[in-house]
Amino acid sequence: MKQHGLTAGLASLLALSLAACGNGGEGGSEGGERASRDRGDGDTEIVRIDTNPYPSTYTPAPSGVTLIRGATVYDGIGGELADTDILIRDGRIAEVGPGLEAPEGASIVDAQGRFVTPGVIDIHSHLGVYPSPAANAHSDGNEATEPVTAEVWAEHSVWPQDPGFDSALAGGVTTLHILPGSANLFGGRGVTLRNVPSRTVQGMKFPDAPYTLKMACGENPARVYGNRGRSPATDMGNMAGYRASWIEASDYRDSWHEYWEQAEAGEEAEPPTEDLELNTLMGVLEGEILVQMHCYRADQMAQVLDMADEFGYQVSVFHHAVEAYKIPDLLSEAGTCAAVWADWGGFKMEAYDSIRENLPLLHANGACGMIHSDSALGIQRLNHEVAKALADGRRMGLEISDADAVSWFTSRPARGLGIFEETGSIEVGKRADIVVWSGHPFSSYSIADQVYIDGALMYEAGNPELQTVRDFMLGQPGEGEN
Amino acid sequence: MKRLLTALAAAAITAAPALAQTVVVTNGRVVTNTDAGVIENGTVIVRDGDIVAVGAGLEIPAGARTIDAGGGWITPGLFHPQTQLGLVEVGAESMTRDTEADDSPFSAAISVADGFNFDGNHIDEARIDGITRFAIFPSVGRNNLAGRGALADSTGLPGSLFAAEQFLVIDMARSGAATSGGSKPAAWAYLRAAMNDARTYPGRYLSTQEGIVLNRTDAEAFEAAVRGEMPIVFLMDDDGDIRRLLAFKEENPSLRIIIAGAAEAHQVAEELAAADIPVIFDPMRNLPGSFDTLSSAMNAAAQLFDAGVEVAFTTLGSDIYFNPRLLTQHAGIARAHGAEWEDAFRAITLTPAELYGYGDRFGALAPGYAGDVVVWDGDPLEVMSAPTHVLIEGEVQSMETRQTRLRDRYREIRPEHAYAYHH
Repeated sequence: MKQHGLTAGLASLLALSLAACGNGGEGGSEGGERASRDRGDGDTEIVRIDTNPYPSTYTPAPSGVTLIRGATVYDGIGGELADTDILIRDGRIAEVGPGLEAPEGASIVDAQGRFVTPGVIDIHSHLGVYPSPAANAHSDGNEATEPVTAEVWAEHSVWPQDPGFDSALAGGVTTLHILPGSANLFGGRGVTLRNVPSRTVQGMKFPDAPYTLKMACGENPARVYGNRGRSPATDMGNMAGYRASWIEASDYRDSWHEYWEQAEAGEEAEPPTEDLELNTLMGVLEGEILVQMHCYRADQMAQVLDMADEFGYQVSVFHHAVEAYKIPDLLSEAGTCAAVWADWGGFKMEAYDSIRENLPLLHANGACGMIHSDSALGIQRLNHEVAKALADGRRMGLEISDADAVSWFTSRPARGLGIFEETGSIEVGKRADIVVWSGHPFSSYSIADQVYIDGALMYEAGNPELQTVRDFMLGQPGEGEN
Repeated sequence: MKRLLTALAAAAITAAPALAQTVVVTNGRVVTNTDAGVIENGTVIVRDGDIVAVGAGLEIPAGARTIDAGGGWITPGLFHPQTQLGLVEVGAESMTRDTEADDSPFSAAISVADGFNFDGNHIDEARIDGITRFAIFPSVGRNNLAGRGALADSTGLPGSLFAAEQFLVIDMARSGAATSGGSKPAAWAYLRAAMNDARTYPGRYLSTQEGIVLNRTDAEAFEAAVRGEMPIVFLMDDDGDIRRLLAFKEENPSLRIIIAGAAEAHQVAEELAAADIPVIFDPMRNLPGSFDTLSSAMNAAAQLFDAGVEVAFTTLGSDIYFNPRLLTQHAGIARAHGAEWEDAFRAITLTPAELYGYGDRFGALAPGYAGDVVVWDGDPLEVMSAPTHVLIEGEVQSMETRQTRLRDRYREIRPEHAYAYHH
């Protein structure tokens, strides 16, 4: 993991935001200004790019003090803690340990015989951009009109009333990352969401989470544009398309840097013309925007890693990565993670070499692996997906603990999204995103009994008072069903 | 390798009748799916491909090949009621796909048996996860009469298809409506006209080769289904459509009807039970993916069982040509959401066999049943469990697949070998 902890990604994002708005409001500037002018040391007004014009307005649901007692706790970073208590206060994890004292007024959850993990995190979801029902009017996930659409942002397509969010919550999902589809070389920006009901997407946005960029390699862009008789129609066309854009983005970045240097030195300087597409690509080159890249084949991933070297950026995570098991060494050398399925494949040639031990083989061979869903059904049981992969890995002789495998649906995706300092593990000080499972999370029969987001109980199995119901489902047959 | 295995297995089959081969699976928890229930520390004896004895404390015949289940579970092989195994190898590559034919002049006459690829790789993958029998479905093509399905075993051998033209698939869901002119009323109009044609076959066709909507060949193919000699699998989800089908059945009492899809069947559960209409249902489908599935729910399977509906599970949530092996996970999900274990397990073994007329041959462990036996390292509905042995008609099957061979090729990337294999 080179550059995609919260430390690197978020810190630099914050730095840029601070630079952007001068007075450093959390999450960037408050207004809708695209570029703002501030006064530097001299008289020159320096134009900055507003990196966060649609800031998060998320506020956690009210939570009291909660003590979860006596559970087997998987902390998400490799620890299995027997008969352990977790104290939640002010939405954060206050204490973790055996036999904790219950503060006055605390709600006490008897979790004896049950299991606790961090909230499930899905790094690859299209909830909201391809919502239920799959009406034509809702198909908002792919701006498949140009191979390069780095200028579009998934958050501008998310329909917050997608009932799929509620079903995912019942599956323990507390944080999810919504991506544009894979028709394009550069599909646009992804957005990381808290899985809470909200009227607006801004109300779901994970505060200060780094922006991401969806890229796609292989058959999808080549097919979409090849069928229209235009480039890219091949893998080589894909690569040429990315490289042309990176050259453009490098020039754009250089011209801004040149401008800022001159302006800061008090020289007369004209700012470059701002360009939405290139803003995003520049964000990647600056290390502030994390690349989430759809790729299947080992050889394609190797090409992309070379390209990242060529232009000096980092691929944070390869998604789908069906052949990642063939190149764990290349991935770990590059510090790039792979987000994979347990057992999907076959649907196109580049998915034909899917094997069920992909994730455990990655892990055992020293690469950073994690699970992802890319599915409104799969997201509801990422614990099962991990269990299947783990069992298949063990059957071939790989020794991986349950606790390590829990990281595949918790801390690993959190790191891949640059939000690990905030969530993804059960550690003091972190957001209290917690699932209490009815049994072992790797059992077919276990369900999420309680799901906490920022310490607030957002879902409880069998409790109609604690079922989120999106507007769409009101008055419909099936209202309140998961 | 595969060719070699195939050759060996073929040789074994040729030799079998002469050798009177006996295989014994012992020392496991035997789930019989019969009144005998679960037999702890039980034994299953298979002779010449058929089960001859099931019980505890059975004497093991001399000279028998013995498989020690090691305290694991011994169950009938799984029967998947709705797959496209052997019809598709790679979904996006039309050269590997024989599921539908938009440009064919035929509909009901289409028989998937004519396109079944017995050694498709996904069949091996299904087999090592315990699926020993499966139904093969056509997709809807030219109109809502998709064609006729078949039944096969998962040996991957020539001859594995054991029942061609076993059921007719008619798509009355949105997809069927789309190919029948564009609306559900159009799909019903087409269906009624086709019924009329098939009923009057061959008389109507003596003077002309054409019916109202069916050509002579399609009418001939549809006839058995109209007479109730062949079950019709109707694809539909919406409870309103299901009620229409119930009324249709009253008007056409000879029809043998199965409903597949059935996302809202739990809303009609009492009526389905009363009409003895079984459903093929995926317990994982719980989203309002369309306006036909608004009331789909995690506990729908449990509701169907409670009402007494005959239910077989399927795996629509995953590609039914690639991942039908996820059947046990889907059954486990039903169990997690209120279904009894016994009902959930029956829904992936005996019930599908019964739907297709093979309830006395597959899906249970009892004398007279085929020797389709699976040994598991734990509860088969648990996602972490897997088969250790799979027998089909008493033949011990290979647990190797293209996937396991890829896995073994790349299990270790070593500095001295850029590739984990030798040239």
